[in-house]
Amino acid sequence: MSEAHSNNLAHHFETMEQQKQASSLGMWLFLVQEVMFFGGLFLGYVVYRSMYHDAFIAGSHLLNVKLGAFNTVVLIGSSLTIAFSVRAGQLGRNRQILGWLAATLVLGAVFLGVKGVEYAHKYHEHLMPGPHFHYDAAQHSAGAHVDTEAVDPHKVELFVSFYFAMTGLHATHMIIGIGLIVWLMVKAARRRFSSDYYAPVEVFGLYWHFVDIVWIFLFPLLYLIGRH
Amino acid sequence: MAYTGQHVTSIRTYVTVFLCLMALTALTVWVAFMDLGFMNTIVAMTIAVIKALLVVLIFMHLKDNPKVLWIAAGGAAVWLAIMMSFTLADYLTRPASYLGGW
Repeated sequence: MSEAHSNNLAHHFETMEQQKQASSLGMWLFLVQEVMFFGGLFLGYVVYRSMYHDAFIAGSHLLNVKLGAFNTVVLIGSSLTIAFSVRAGQLGRNRQILGWLAATLVLGAVFLGVKGVEYAHKYHEHLMPGPHFHYDAAQHSAGAHVDTEAVDPHKVELFVSFYFAMTGLHATHMIIGIGLIVWLMVKAARRRFSSDYYAPVEVFGLYWHFVDIVWIFLFPLLYLIGRH
Repeated sequence: MAYTGQHVTSIRTYVTVFLCLMALTALTVWVAFMDLGFMNTIVAMTIAVIKALLVVLIFMHLKDNPKVLWIAAGGAAVWLAIMMSFTLADYLTRPASYLGGW
């Protein structure tokens, strides 16, 4: 068994195949607890939205649907590029792994840049939760189908708190992901991967796709369902 | 089912899934600006679940992976569903004055 001699095979595994299965299962189990981690925030959002419906509708009008939709396209695009990177891993092509990782890095950075623009806008509009929070219904929620003059600004502030907590935790995951991409790019540039050994790229791909899925739910919940 | 870790998905499949995800994104934005009442939320969440399934099954290769990973992924869905449904069974059955609607 030539693969038993591979430098990449840890001593507690019999074969590369078994090692790869173990890494995949480990990442999936990590993602299961990530679902619980984000799930608490989603649950809190759903409960408060059912209680403070009008304020949350007014709150979703504070967000920029165009930027949110743009970022959705960018992030799903980065899922495609990381899927191509994992595919290149399966085929043992280090240069392609590196190239698609670089593309993913760029798209991830674009997403965070747009997020930064959105956060800066909220800051300048005094829409950060805290003592300087100031909600002006006529200015901020024009076009909403609920009576925004009647809503309690503190409940709009609660919406914004959920917005920052959920997108902030999501962005934190992306920043960690970008750090991991750089690490993988160094390994790919040193031609460390082969069709036998590309598990780091594969499990990182799972993580990145998960982050994409979180955004797939955040975008409609925060930006869209109050817009009509 | 045998482990098929070396199953290589074709580029055509990946691009097709990506285009489906783009179309669903356009659809969810378009529908969001129509007034369907509480159905807006249902439609948006249904589209999001379809998108998530496409990512999980094709991009994350769950379709071609051993059943143990299906158990892990399914476990996440089941536990999340328990948390959501049990909590909402409480909140949504409280007096109407407590709730603001959907």
